[in-house]
Amino acid sequence: MTITYKNVYINNASTIAGIYEANGPLKEYFDKTYTKDLYFGETSWEHAEIKLLKDSIDLLLKKTKFKETDINLLISGDLQNQIASSDYMAREYNIPFLGIYNACATSSEGLIIASTFIDSKKVNNCIVSTVSHNTSAEKQYRNPVEYGTPKPETATFTVTGAASILLTNEKTNIRIESATIGKTIDKGTKDVNHMGAVMAPAAADTIYRHLTDMNRNPDYYDLILTGDLGKYGKNILINYMKEVYNLDISSNYDDCGTIIYDTDKQPVLAGGSGPACSALVNYSYILTKMHEKKLKKVLIVPTGALFSPTMYFQKESLPAIAHAVSLEVVEK
Amino acid sequence: MNNKEYQKFIETYTPKPKVFENALVSFLVGGALGSFSELLLQLYQLWFHLPRKESGVIVILTLIVIASVLTALGIFDVLVTKLKSALIIPITGFAHSITSAALEYRTEGLVLGIGANIFKLAGTVILYGVVSVYLFGLLRIIIIGG
Repeated sequence: MTITYKNVYINNASTIAGIYEANGPLKEYFDKTYTKDLYFGETSWEHAEIKLLKDSIDLLLKKTKFKETDINLLISGDLQNQIASSDYMAREYNIPFLGIYNACATSSEGLIIASTFIDSKKVNNCIVSTVSHNTSAEKQYRNPVEYGTPKPETATFTVTGAASILLTNEKTNIRIESATIGKTIDKGTKDVNHMGAVMAPAAADTIYRHLTDMNRNPDYYDLILTGDLGKYGKNILINYMKEVYNLDISSNYDDCGTIIYDTDKQPVLAGGSGPACSALVNYSYILTKMHEKKLKKVLIVPTGALFSPTMYFQKESLPAIAHAVSLEVVEK
Repeated sequence: MNNKEYQKFIETYTPKPKVFENALVSFLVGGALGSFSELLLQLYQLWFHLPRKESGVIVILTLIVIASVLTALGIFDVLVTKLKSALIIPITGFAHSITSAALEYRTEGLVLGIGANIFKLAGTVILYGVVSVYLFGLLRIIIIGG
């Protein structure tokens, strides 16, 4: 299902990142970084995650000069049980709130919901936020943080950061042109340390359907950018698209998980993951390049593994999803 | 591409785990840890004039303390990523699993946090350890009479 939008613009965005991201190649693109530890002056990782999210919204409001009461709608999601970080962040603001969950594809789900609300004139503006925190995610999904286990090279590293974006119906120089809602796809992969393999078919299906629905070739876009497939998943996607859909995306394709870190030098194995991974890269680096007109048409495809530890222990394979959102520089 | 074909397809693009290298590191480091324990065993007998059995208990306690302190200092998990299973399989791994769980859940309090979660990883070892002790004890009685 592909939706086209006529009247949805990106007003501004804010990005807050942790120490591993600040040590990565995109350091200068983030609005704010915390480089001391992963607590940010809070007493627990969960509180630290909530702080990140609040910081990103406060900073966004400051950057845009919009007041809290001017915002019509706030959409946010994260990786905690009951999307706790978003819920506890939302209680601090006097803004109508929708909580969403699509694992690491949460940012694109939020963009699609917000764009649809704005384009259908139900609201004038909307903030879409997401957050992830390395150690609170480890605690939520895996073993205690201090517990060491040898991990395979295909495992990914959860990004610590929060990103918020303000969409409006007032014209700016970047617009959301169209979006494709992904289908949940499960190709039977059961390896939680190989999320790239879990999510690549979902990304491939969404990219293929987007290009077909919009009657476009891959080279229509200056860049097609998946969320967090990592260096092995990236390779799987390129070859899977060739084999199954006969589409070659290798020349203008990249993955946020391999952009946010230097995978050769940093201890991040196959690359970054988590909802903040794609959101941080898209809202900082990609938007900057679009403002500079170095990129004019970008298809962002955040990818998410919709897995639950309980279902995994009950021997279920891992479902995945990817939503595509097309960003375009507005030519004057 | 059906699910079976996909699982075959991704194998081509997935690096093989370095089984031999990991096993060799584990073997050498695990062996060194064993030799270190043996040295302690001899030294404790010499220093404290303890019988071998009691000295063994203190060796185990020493290893538990070292592993727990290294876990609390955030060093043990880094060592595990480098030294593979050599530190996880011996008693050091057991101590590490308990200390790391205690550290993790201290933010939820003494009862619902640490108390409820401290054996999250070690519980399996304790349960099946006790069950196997009973089974093998029973077998021993049946076969050699005690």
